[in-house]
Amino acid sequence: MRRLGPFLIEPALVPTGAWTLGVSVAAVVAALIAAAGLFWAFGLNPLTAYATIFAGTLADRRAAPEIFRQAIPLLLCGVGLVLAFRARFWNIGAEGQLLAGAAGATGVALFAPLPDPLVLPAMFLAGALAGALWGLLPTLLRMKLDVNEVISTLMMNYIALFFVDWLVHGPWKGPTAFGFAYTDTFRDAAWLPLLPGTRVHWPTLLLGLALAAALAFFLARTRLGFEIRVEGENPTAARYAGIDPLRTVIAAMLISAGAAGLAGVGEVAGIHHRLLFPTQVSLGYGYAAIIVAWLARGSPLASVLTALFLGLIFSAGDTMKVTLQMPFRVTDVFNGLILFFLIGSERLLRYRVRWAPARAGQPAAEVTAGGD
Amino acid sequence: MTVAQAGTHSSPPAPRDASEMLLLRDITKTFPGVVANDRVTLDVRRGEVHALLGENGAGKTTLMNVLYGIYPPDAGEIWVRGTRARIRSPRDAIALGIGMVPQHFLLVRRHTVAENIALGLPGESFVFPVRGIGARIEELGARYGLAVDPGARIFELSPSEQQRVEILKALIRGARILVLDEPTSVLTPQETRGLFDVLRRMKQDGHAVIFISHKLDEVMAIADRVTVLRKGRVVATQALAGTDKRALARLMVGRDIEFRLPKTSPHTTGEGLLIEDLVVLNDRGLPALRGLSLAVRRGEIVGIAGVAGNGQRELVEAVTGLRRATRGRIRVLDHEITNRSARAVFEAGVAHVPEDRLRMGIVPSLSVAENLVLKTYRQPPFSRGPIIDRTAIDRFARRMIAEYEIVTPGPQTPARLLSGGNIQKLILSRELSARPSVIVAAHPTSGLDVSATEQIHTLLLRRRQDGTAILLVSEDLDEVLALSDRIAVLFSGEIIGVLDEATADRERIGLMMMGQRG
Amino acid sequence: MPEWLLTTVSRAVAVSTPLLWAALGEIYAERTGVVNLGVEGMMILGAFFAFAVAQTSGNPVLGLSAAAVVGGTAALLHAFVAVTLRANQYVSGLALAMLGLGLSGVLGRGYEGTPLVNTLPEISGLTYLGFALAVLLWFVLYHTRAGIVIRSTGESPAAADALGVNVYLVRYLAVVFGGLLAGVAGGFLSVAYRPSWTEGMTAGLGWIAIAIAIFSAWDPLRAVWGALLFGALFHLSFRLQALVAPEALRMLPFAFTILVLAVTARGRRGQGVPEALGLPYTSGEK
Repeated sequence: MRRLGPFLIEPALVPTGAWTLGVSVAAVVAALIAAAGLFWAFGLNPLTAYATIFAGTLADRRAAPEIFRQAIPLLLCGVGLVLAFRARFWNIGAEGQLLAGAAGATGVALFAPLPDPLVLPAMFLAGALAGALWGLLPTLLRMKLDVNEVISTLMMNYIALFFVDWLVHGPWKGPTAFGFAYTDTFRDAAWLPLLPGTRVHWPTLLLGLALAAALAFFLARTRLGFEIRVEGENPTAARYAGIDPLRTVIAAMLISAGAAGLAGVGEVAGIHHRLLFPTQVSLGYGYAAIIVAWLARGSPLASVLTALFLGLIFSAGDTMKVTLQMPFRVTDVFNGLILFFLIGSERLLRYRVRWAPARAGQPAAEVTAGGD
Repeated sequence: MTVAQAGTHSSPPAPRDASEMLLLRDITKTFPGVVANDRVTLDVRRGEVHALLGENGAGKTTLMNVLYGIYPPDAGEIWVRGTRARIRSPRDAIALGIGMVPQHFLLVRRHTVAENIALGLPGESFVFPVRGIGARIEELGARYGLAVDPGARIFELSPSEQQRVEILKALIRGARILVLDEPTSVLTPQETRGLFDVLRRMKQDGHAVIFISHKLDEVMAIADRVTVLRKGRVVATQALAGTDKRALARLMVGRDIEFRLPKTSPHTTGEGLLIEDLVVLNDRGLPALRGLSLAVRRGEIVGIAGVAGNGQRELVEAVTGLRRATRGRIRVLDHEITNRSARAVFEAGVAHVPEDRLRMGIVPSLSVAENLVLKTYRQPPFSRGPIIDRTAIDRFARRMIAEYEIVTPGPQTPARLLSGGNIQKLILSRELSARPSVIVAAHPTSGLDVSATEQIHTLLLRRRQDGTAILLVSEDLDEVLALSDRIAVLFSGEIIGVLDEATADRERIGLMMMGQRG
Repeated sequence: MPEWLLTTVSRAVAVSTPLLWAALGEIYAERTGVVNLGVEGMMILGAFFAFAVAQTSGNPVLGLSAAAVVGGTAALLHAFVAVTLRANQYVSGLALAMLGLGLSGVLGRGYEGTPLVNTLPEISGLTYLGFALAVLLWFVLYHTRAGIVIRSTGESPAAADALGVNVYLVRYLAVVFGGLLAGVAGGFLSVAYRPSWTEGMTAGLGWIAIAIAIFSAWDPLRAVWGALLFGALFHLSFRLQALVAPEALRMLPFAFTILVLAVTARGRRGQGVPEALGLPYTSGEK
């Protein structure tokens, strides 16, 4: 127990929702303050910089939908990662799974002789399958051979990156692309509809929202969801309870990686309408989705809000690039800082602060200090 | 006989005589929601074995952790050899000549004995530090009767040998005050006597020994004086001469306790669990059970006695479907369950009270209710198809909480917030509610206080009465003797003898535990 | 020795140099129980600062020193979050990787495309020093008092703590040491191997260094072989460009990493892993 002015800081067994939210918001604010140093190093007044960002994102009626647009892949990847993390599988491979999904969908759009109404559904299906497949190998390696999944999923990201790179430079390079490294433009039936005047491909957004709701139900109210939670919280107890770890983790990862694959479909079918250089397909959504999932603290529904928040960061990144002339990596700085402050603040969740002014005549220092 | 009541100290803490090695004065230590030590005073003299007696949860280990600098006390003073000491870390404690042999050994399992002893030891040369240490280990070992091979790796050693390493670690650092926390819990009766010889030699050398225990017989056998703790307070400090077990028990628990459980003679009704020629490998792929055969009849308790590490864990895991058998078979009421999955074994009627409650028995962050259906969540009424029925689970949980008197704020409380005894009751209620025909209970009362232990024992005996076959594995020989109808001694992966409760005596079992055939 | 073979070997050894430095640093951090997934970030920061300082001062060695300091400072951040705040080590390392890539990309824009005047040779003292360091670190780990402390801290921090070892200090020192080495590894890239600054120029080498630490079973001497193997592989993927599409070849080291991890993991399940790896330690926790 420690005293801070009139407040008493004491260990808490279960953090309340409000306290968790408060700590998270404080961490994000602290990260933004730390990032102010970057503007300052760039010779910009941080306040002016943040004002510019605000004006270019939230305050701009035309730019605001961009937040939603960027939140779509973040939501799909992020909600999938929530599930993987709940199964205690450190899937760092959403980026690669997204690219695999994009490639899968492109394959259908370019080469599958399907009637028009079936093209988009087939693309989503192919994208989800490709993403899931991309996530399956690291899952099997971890469950069968105990290969660290952080490293293997990351390696799969690089492999996906160079694979897509190879596709657009080589076999899938468009005959009509004038030597540029991208595929031909998809036919009209493979274009996702947009909200008028925006780049928000709403079918993918709806898919993301539906997935968040479905996974919330899945975790709380189904047998498989229960098994995933037990496996993630205590694998030894899961074994004891007769839960098959292989089946459980594979289920979680197929959904997780499949969701990332869907995000890839949305990007190619909704925005680019072709497969292109991998770092243009995804601006690092798969990595940023780790923050979406971490900030959501295991709740699929909360990931809707956190994805929107990260969408705001990405959209602010665009503003910084265009208006403030900063390099595109500035988004990574923000993401890295937010993630650092977020996990650093988690220790605070073990405590609670209570308003308990010291009584007259009782010096504050007298209250005993103790560790945990 | 001096009986010191806690909290009555007001005199200045000048050492009363030159023989006083250590004085803990009015130590208070609180944890969230618990006062672990409440103004505890303990004085220990040169050349004495001072027992710190109290049941599990009385605050003995906390007090010693305060002494060893692991926890800062909230209040109180520590005096070592007449000087006020500030002990902020184990380093300070070691410098003051305090050594600790914890109940759960703090050894690096993959390192050698010499490496464990050399760890952080000042004075050894920087390069090749273990070279010179072998001779010192042997010299000290010879002086106190603590023989151990300096080049052996810890995981290759028996618990008794590991304990010797812990004692050597302290002695080589010049410990004059040695604390042993429940040192006999892993030893055979003979090994216990060996340890007592070591302690007597240390005593003669002028060491002070603090012997933490909740076992009255051992305290009577080795201690010169005893301080009794109950619920964090000192209830008495007195010389052992002139007291008896019953009086100590009353001080420790606050009431009279039954040394014999009210146990009726068994009504066995045929085979419950049958194990034939079982061969099971351990985690390193070496045989842990070598052709073990054992039968447990319905309505009897068969206790497994043995030194830890002789195949107990592998036996429990093989019977409960958590480990594959490479040979042999296991049957439950004529159903073959060999190498079936843990779920299939449970559904065949085998309940499992696991050794490690927190790591295996529960999912600490899930609710009490969810933990109560950890094995039955797939069955109606808890599941309908793939969907879980929370209302049915909640209703079941409320019933279990009432029936087994589980103390919890409610069914939705995370299980990790429960006390050890209540976690064990949660586990038992879950396992017993499935009406098993066989119960495999591993260390069912380790770390629990007397009343929780009594409750657990009563539950098991009641099931025995109902015709359940119970396989009890426990490191606590007293518990095995108290509960079992027959006692099977496990040594090096084999049952080397089965004794009837009536004819079993500690001496004989102890010899068998060390490999002598009965 | 024929000319082409000599070139092949020297190029392979050159690529293996940063891998070895970074892997050795990671081995020491992990031996005390702290995973640092931020190697990629520390390396890229090292690469950028080495280049910037070398260019400004004209002294590549000064650049390398700057890289070491920056790498160590970045690692200090990880140590604070992972050791003192006891946060999830995996996530903290990922945050460091993101931050490193981001910061170097933002700060380094003005330096892109300018060549470095004073450079170090591709096979330099750093390469030989790397081998010597591996032997030295192996010796320290297995045959000195410090080595016992380091290994015990990673296996059983509670045992070390009970004997008066300052677990936090040991972990801090090892993590920062790992950062210094990763910084130098990055600096080698920008002042010796390919004397220039390109955003993202570490291109995944940091992750491969972590993989080398794993499949060398946290043994500094075995890491030498791992680094040489991957050095050869990276070089091979350049040499084969005449035959196979370059993009496809660049997948090779990453696919191979997975393969090696899978092969070496087989039958060794969990053995050799420091037992407390990835677990935050709290002194006196009940």
